[in-house]
Amino acid sequence: MATLIRNARVRPDSWRLLEGPFDRLLIPAEDGLLPDLPAEPLIVPLALWLRRRDDLVERLPHVGLWLAADQDPQSAAADLPRFGVIAVRFGEFADGRGYSLARVLRERHGYRGELRAIGDVRRDQLYYLASCGFDAFVLPDDEDPRGALAALTDFSDAYQSSVARPSPLFRRRLSGACA
Amino acid sequence: MYLYDEIDQRIVDERVRQYRDQTRRYLAGTLSEDAFRPLRLQNGLYIQRHAPMLRIAIPYGLLASYQLRKLATIARRYDRGYGHFSTRQNLQLNWVRLEDVPDILGDLATVQMHAIQTSGNCIRNITTDHFAGVAPDEIVDPLVWCEVLRQWSALNPEFAYLPRKFKIAVNGSREDRAATRVHDVGLHAVRGSGGETGFRVSVGGGLGRTPMIGHVIREFLPWQHLLTYLDAILRVYNRHGRRDNKYRARVKFLVKERGAPEFAHEIDAEWTHLKGGPATLIPEEVERIAARFVRPAYEALPARGAELEARLSTDAGFARWHGRNVHPHKVAGYAAVTVSLKRPGSAPGDVTAAEMDALAVLADRYSHGELRVTHEQNLILADVRQRDLAALWGELRALGLAVPNIGLLTNIVACPGGDFCSLANARSIPVAEAIRERFEDLDYVHDIGPLDLNISGCMNSCGHHHVGHIGILGVDKDGSEWYQISIGGSQGEHASLGKVIGPSFAQDEVADVIERLIACYLAHRDGDAERFVDTVARIGISPFKEYVYGNAHQERSRAPRQLAAA
Ligand code: SF4
Repeated sequence: MATLIRNARVRPDSWRLLEGPFDRLLIPAEDGLLPDLPAEPLIVPLALWLRRRDDLVERLPHVGLWLAADQDPQSAAADLPRFGVIAVRFGEFADGRGYSLARVLRERHGYRGELRAIGDVRRDQLYYLASCGFDAFVLPDDEDPRGALAALTDFSDAYQSSVARPSPLFRRRLSGACA
Repeated sequence: MYLYDEIDQRIVDERVRQYRDQTRRYLAGTLSEDAFRPLRLQNGLYIQRHAPMLRIAIPYGLLASYQLRKLATIARRYDRGYGHFSTRQNLQLNWVRLEDVPDILGDLATVQMHAIQTSGNCIRNITTDHFAGVAPDEIVDPLVWCEVLRQWSALNPEFAYLPRKFKIAVNGSREDRAATRVHDVGLHAVRGSGGETGFRVSVGGGLGRTPMIGHVIREFLPWQHLLTYLDAILRVYNRHGRRDNKYRARVKFLVKERGAPEFAHEIDAEWTHLKGGPATLIPEEVERIAARFVRPAYEALPARGAELEARLSTDAGFARWHGRNVHPHKVAGYAAVTVSLKRPGSAPGDVTAAEMDALAVLADRYSHGELRVTHEQNLILADVRQRDLAALWGELRALGLAVPNIGLLTNIVACPGGDFCSLANARSIPVAEAIRERFEDLDYVHDIGPLDLNISGCMNSCGHHHVGHIGILGVDKDGSEWYQISIGGSQGEHASLGKVIGPSFAQDEVADVIERLIACYLAHRDGDAERFVDTVARIGISPFKEYVYGNAHQERSRAPRQLAAA
């Protein structure tokens, strides 16, 4: 079982990630209606959201969005507050685009809901991921959740301005608000 | 020297602890090879030909004597008793054991040093002019800005997994001694009309297999915006740089693909979101960092003492060393001295632990306990009283470290090459040694005049061969080692890339070829003041080719040397 860490605790996950080919959800049946969507809270890919937005809004009380590392959230910018969760997918952990994407979601688009790192997400990246604005992580089965939780406190402070600490160390040094 | 405060120290200590645990898990088999690789790289550990290599950061090349002593201790205890200063102002240990690295990093942390981000696809050690803070032609002291950037780049959470490595150089003088135009980002400190500090920003320079000269994308970036602007550059690069082909992943390819003006636009668009934000620098921080730099308290000394003048006129050996290895200083009565690490029987940039200890003593005695590492793989004592020069020369001579060859042909810059590096096509060190031996006659070398000779063991260009007046590149032909030679490269503000003269040579031919190139130069130079590289620029590479490949000139090639030596 994959482990979900949210707000620095291991939590059960109520969301279902819709991945793989979803084209069948876009092809109307004989009656002209689109196929039913699963009833549970769904995290849908950006392309599906853009094409079935109204339908999804109507049918799903809870909807989340997932983005690949190279996608730009601009096309769904107005809808972002609607999502119960936004997930950013790391194809491989050494692909750092998701870090910038997270900052853009948080700082530019002002997204305040749950921001989840999914895909190739491992404990040794969690500290930086959290700094960039992720507050939830789906870890692979072989990752020890306790170790991952500990990694969130690898460092007691950082120099840079980040989502976790918007005020960089040099400003906090002045006000005595360093860790 | 910038002195850490307790937060700086804690961050480095926490990094050691984090890496110790990562190493433990790797050795226990719970952290895979692939998952561990970027972690060890970003802690300086690179697996090369014979053993892991640890690259220790010497931020902007500044080193205190107590740090050098610690490096000597580490080299003895964990390595084979020597280290190698690289062209990026770092120190490399070639024979460490992976399981010892956490302890080495722990030892380094006790003297405020680390190996953070000296390798891997991240922002690397910031480099600068080795005369920073003492250069007479200085416009802005770059050291404070380098430390600002060290802190901004160290463990920067957004930019730890870039498409490829990212190198930033800062220069603060009229002359560009930091090679800013061949860095991913070059920052050239300048003064605005009202005297305020700013930076001319170039982007997309770099050597490697596709060398490019950086484009200036902003003529004057006010200092307050330094970090937000860099954040914008790095973010655009992080999001849009190529990741499918590591040979086209450096930012220079993105700049080339977009075109510099369009790239600049993109940066500006990103910057509008960041400009004026919390990362905007404040004067208090710049002052705080400046105050944490221990600077020498200079004495009021006469500009040039009679004693020194007398010695210069009577002692030719001293005068020659003074002419090559002693450099002007902004404070009257002081000088900067280059300790040449290019001497017989030793690879360029190599220093033994005993020499490190001895140099630490000299730094304490003669230069306020500080040294600098140059990108030409030498060391500098930057604050020497002129009246102490003769004594210092004597001590350096006793150590074999007073070879008067700075700026000359035998000040060869060479990467570790095939003797150590697993990426190499060919060895660099024996070639450097063969050339040095061929040009053993110091009179001749002085007669040839200023000449930068650079050797890289492969296209990765760690020896900066593209910007050498003469560049030598190791190439692989049918599995054997060959050397391609280029001429006419230069570093600095008007950096240019050398042109290949023709087909490659076998190892034992290289010294001959260099000799013929020099013969051609001496036959064509327009007076003593025209440097080799100027002659190349004036007459082009054809005459040189003819000297090297045409048979007609072979006999003549040794003649100038005999003349000069006569
Ligand atoms: S230039 Fe090539 S051979 Fe030389 S150190 Fe760099 S990677 Fe190794």
